[in-house]
Amino acid sequence: MLTIKHVSKTFNRGTINEKKALRDVNLHLEPGDFVTIIGGNGAGKSTMLNMVAGVYPIDCGTIQLDGVNISRMPEHKRAAYLGRVFQDPMMGTAADMGIQENLALAYRRGQHRGLGWGITKKEKERYAERLKILGLGLEERMTSKVGLLSGGQRQALTLLMATLKRPKLLLLDEHTAALDPKTAAKVLEVTENIVGSDHLTALMVTHNMKDAIRIGNRLIMMHEGHIIYDVAGEEKKKLKVADLLEKFEAASGGEFANDRMMLS
Amino acid sequence: MGILLAIQGAVSQGVLWGIMAIGVYLTFRILDVADLSVDGSFATGGSICAVMIVNGMNPLLAVLLATAGGVVAGFVTGVLHTKCAIPAILAGILTQLGLYSINLHIMGRSNTPLLRVVTLFSALSDATGIPLAWVTLSLGFVFAVVLIAVLYWFFGTAIGSAIRATGNNENMIRSLGVNTNMTKILGLSISNGLVAMSGALVTQSQGYADVKMGIGAIVIGLASIIIGEVIFGHKLNFAVKLASVMVGSIIYRTIVAVVLQLGLSTDDLKLLTAVLVATALTIPVLLEKRRQMAGYVAVPKKTASEREEDSNADD
Repeated sequence: MLTIKHVSKTFNRGTINEKKALRDVNLHLEPGDFVTIIGGNGAGKSTMLNMVAGVYPIDCGTIQLDGVNISRMPEHKRAAYLGRVFQDPMMGTAADMGIQENLALAYRRGQHRGLGWGITKKEKERYAERLKILGLGLEERMTSKVGLLSGGQRQALTLLMATLKRPKLLLLDEHTAALDPKTAAKVLEVTENIVGSDHLTALMVTHNMKDAIRIGNRLIMMHEGHIIYDVAGEEKKKLKVADLLEKFEAASGGEFANDRMMLS
Repeated sequence: MGILLAIQGAVSQGVLWGIMAIGVYLTFRILDVADLSVDGSFATGGSICAVMIVNGMNPLLAVLLATAGGVVAGFVTGVLHTKCAIPAILAGILTQLGLYSINLHIMGRSNTPLLRVVTLFSALSDATGIPLAWVTLSLGFVFAVVLIAVLYWFFGTAIGSAIRATGNNENMIRSLGVNTNMTKILGLSISNGLVAMSGALVTQSQGYADVKMGIGAIVIGLASIIIGEVIFGHKLNFAVKLASVMVGSIIYRTIVAVVLQLGLSTDDLKLLTAVLVATALTIPVLLEKRRQMAGYVAVPKKTASEREEDSNADD
């Protein structure tokens, strides 16, 4: 489904702030793979997702999605294939527009937007059905401005928007990091349900090691722009948080121990 | 009697200038961009219209051509802002400055009077026998109502919704597959098209085009928007919002007419406008602050459930 070959990215090349964010990253995803990504700050997790989404151009290498080379495709064109949820709940929705209007914008992802109505009556019924999946009662407030919703509600809505039109790949960039533990668990549960029922291929960045082990069928660990560990299937299920910390320390030559607090 | 006549004229002017204010509303409130090209494109609309009419063109066709000129001006600002990544305010100022020379070239001089030519208003007045002042007023209203209806429809379409979303959350709508450079350029083009249309209608109504006629237009547009918002509030249906801008423009012109009748010099008009806009922007902020401060109590009032808890504790 997704094939990343020899992708590198350096920010601020040739300046004092030069940062090698990705170094020769190679990754292949099969259809239906649900991959969790962990790693310390600056490991390149978000950069990798942003490179797939086309937020910045890559320096070298190729990115193929379902047989299409998207390496140099502009962000808004790649959007036709991708569903994205961001860390900041404010980023994924238009605050001054209604819930149903936001869904209608998402429903037209990758389609030509012309002079047809921005939302139709038939769509509204469909959206109400989809909103029921969230169990937040949002189907009763379809015309409410999204700005009135809480962070958790907005994030759940963004998730629904990202998957309303089936994406070839779902990119989740620490999408529960800004939520309180209870809301985060709820949004994660909805994520698992939607990915499972729609058989989506997904990449999920997280800082929570337990979630990373529990969720999905494959786990990758990044460090300083490399993928340093890649585990799937039964082996992944048997992982413990302690195993992951050990891997981190081995990879980073002990310096990682300083970050242990933050990641456990 | 003088003041009543002045107010009738003011309402007509308010409607014609209100079309410009609606154009400003589209960029300032919907696209969330302060577009200063307006001062230039308003005069561009007037210049094109005046030159075309003097050269014998149908006055309605002249308005459409002027509108097209404004669309081009907005397009240039849009390209400067998006493709060249120039901040919106500077992009608008650059277009405005450039248009000053272009407008002089269009007219070949700084002022084009419409003497002994047929305008939309004079033609209709001659045909129906209705006095010119009333024709101006009613034709202006017809233009305004049609425009509001068309804009209401357009911003409900898929592409119109995408423009609204661009002003609201650019990153989000790009991640949903919209080329935000395109929506911004489109929004700026439509806005400046309306501004130039307004310039063309004002030119026909006042009987001349002047290269300086657009100076301060952006501030007058903002004044109309803010007066409308102060009176009608923010939580409105889109069509009513556009209508409130129009009403704001009429009120602005009425205020101007009244203070001129009271003896204010026209030289002071721009200062008055600036003070009016500054005041209108400040008042809602101060009122909100005062409301929050006035709500302060040192000891919070107990809610019903807390009182119940207290009485339970006493038992």
